[in-house]
Amino acid sequence: MAITAAIGEATINGLAYIGGLARLTGGAARAVFIAPFQGKNLRLSRAVHQAMSVGVEAVPIVSLISFFVGTILALQGAYQLRRLGAMQLVAGAVAIVMTRELGPLMTAIMVIGRSGSAFAAEIGTMKVNEEIDALETMALKPVHFLVAPKFLAMVLMMPCLTTWSDFMGVAGGGLFGVTIGGFTWSTYFRATLDSLVRRDIVTGLIKSVMFGLVITAVGCQEGFSTGLGSEEVGRSTTSAVVKSIFLVIAVDLVFTALFYFTAPQ
Amino acid sequence: MPTTRQTIEERELREGPAIRVRDLRVNYGDREILHGIGFEVQAGETMVILGGSGSGKTTLLRTLLGLERANGGHIWIRGQDILTLSESERDELRKKMGMAFQGGALFGSMTVGENIALPLREHTELDDSTIEIIVRLKLNQVNLTGFESYMPAQLSGGMKKRAAIARAMSMDPEILFFDEPSAGLDPIIAAGIDDLILKLKKAFGITMVVVTHELASAFLIADRMMLIDKGNIVASGTPAELRESQNPRVRQFLDRVPEPELTDEIDYLQMLTGEIPPLRQ
Repeated sequence: MAITAAIGEATINGLAYIGGLARLTGGAARAVFIAPFQGKNLRLSRAVHQAMSVGVEAVPIVSLISFFVGTILALQGAYQLRRLGAMQLVAGAVAIVMTRELGPLMTAIMVIGRSGSAFAAEIGTMKVNEEIDALETMALKPVHFLVAPKFLAMVLMMPCLTTWSDFMGVAGGGLFGVTIGGFTWSTYFRATLDSLVRRDIVTGLIKSVMFGLVITAVGCQEGFSTGLGSEEVGRSTTSAVVKSIFLVIAVDLVFTALFYFTAPQ
Repeated sequence: MPTTRQTIEERELREGPAIRVRDLRVNYGDREILHGIGFEVQAGETMVILGGSGSGKTTLLRTLLGLERANGGHIWIRGQDILTLSESERDELRKKMGMAFQGGALFGSMTVGENIALPLREHTELDDSTIEIIVRLKLNQVNLTGFESYMPAQLSGGMKKRAAIARAMSMDPEILFFDEPSAGLDPIIAAGIDDLILKLKKAFGITMVVVTHELASAFLIADRMMLIDKGNIVASGTPAELRESQNPRVRQFLDRVPEPELTDEIDYLQMLTGEIPPLRQ
């Protein structure tokens, strides 16, 4: 009985949490897409500032990690393919895995570490310092003021970062292909382009936008739910990272399954 | 068409007290914090809400500002019951109110000037140069001239409170709320904040509600004051009336008599919930 009650309670809490995320995302989407038509400011300068922080400043680390991941993929792929005498398929394997899966996923994990945690820490600190209350007493909506610029920055920057990550991953695979696999840079990129179809790239980019929404919502939600005291900010930040990684992978599973079952035969 | 009775009531509320509270109840979970309290604050008056830690005074202030949800009762501010207003109506009303938080609550990512300019940028059509002039004026009023480009982290505790008052004043509010304005400051800086509150009151005739437990400050700035204890108003009146009050709780508070030592956790919890009186000696 106690186990069923615990499962029931955990399910209700989980659904309530997801409901909270949906509400926050809906509020931010309304502030970004509808409120400007009702004469309310979009706060573009804040969104640009966030886009710099979320996107542009993440380029070096995303480049480096994606390049390494691309090289690792090529090495692991070649390990199997050389037994079959199919080393020429390495370029395609790296490209497909990067664009469909690892590009969006690795980018999301890096953005969680850099920005999801920062969102939770920023909003959590504001909560502890009564700055969120101050916004409300000034008749400013925290969701419009704090979440909407992050939402907009994330929706715009995640596909850009993911595209760059895909490219760097392919380049990382190319390093292996050119030095060990018998390709030239030209033949490697030609093989990459021949193996990719538009759907590979588009499904990856759709996933990246969904990951961006999850990271923003979880980071902000954890920030808003910060309790009293500075140690609570640390708890929110950790919780934001753990929950974001879990939810990003869950969303990845759902969308990968969806794309698999809707793919043309 | 409103009925005659409605019109009279509306006029009475508009021209009546700046704040009128009736039977206000606030719960945190199952625990009732405010037990149906009521009071009025007249326009232009400074009302000081006194009370010990955990008495419910900050909850009352937060409820007046709409930051806590009331479980019952009414709060009329300038004739509008904020508990029945829609979100947009409440926001309109909030533009006529200012709040100076205990720790300042200045936005750490913005300069002092940007903090003060924020409500003006968000709620008015004023151009940048006009906003800049208003920011300088507000800083001048709180004796912080020239500090607009400083970050809040670069200010001392007293300066942060002054900057917070300047921000609260930026929209020229009709009602100004203060949460512990002189708490955590040395006596000289605290006296400076009291002086500033008196100066603002004299210059602008703003209605002020001040929550504090600093007695010296309270008696200096109050027109009227009330003492809250365990979510009830135990006494209210002018500073002179409160000073003369023979209510044991008021006497304990004003004479700074400590609570008796409690022997165990149950006693402590019972004292918090009012099941045993605090002065059982």
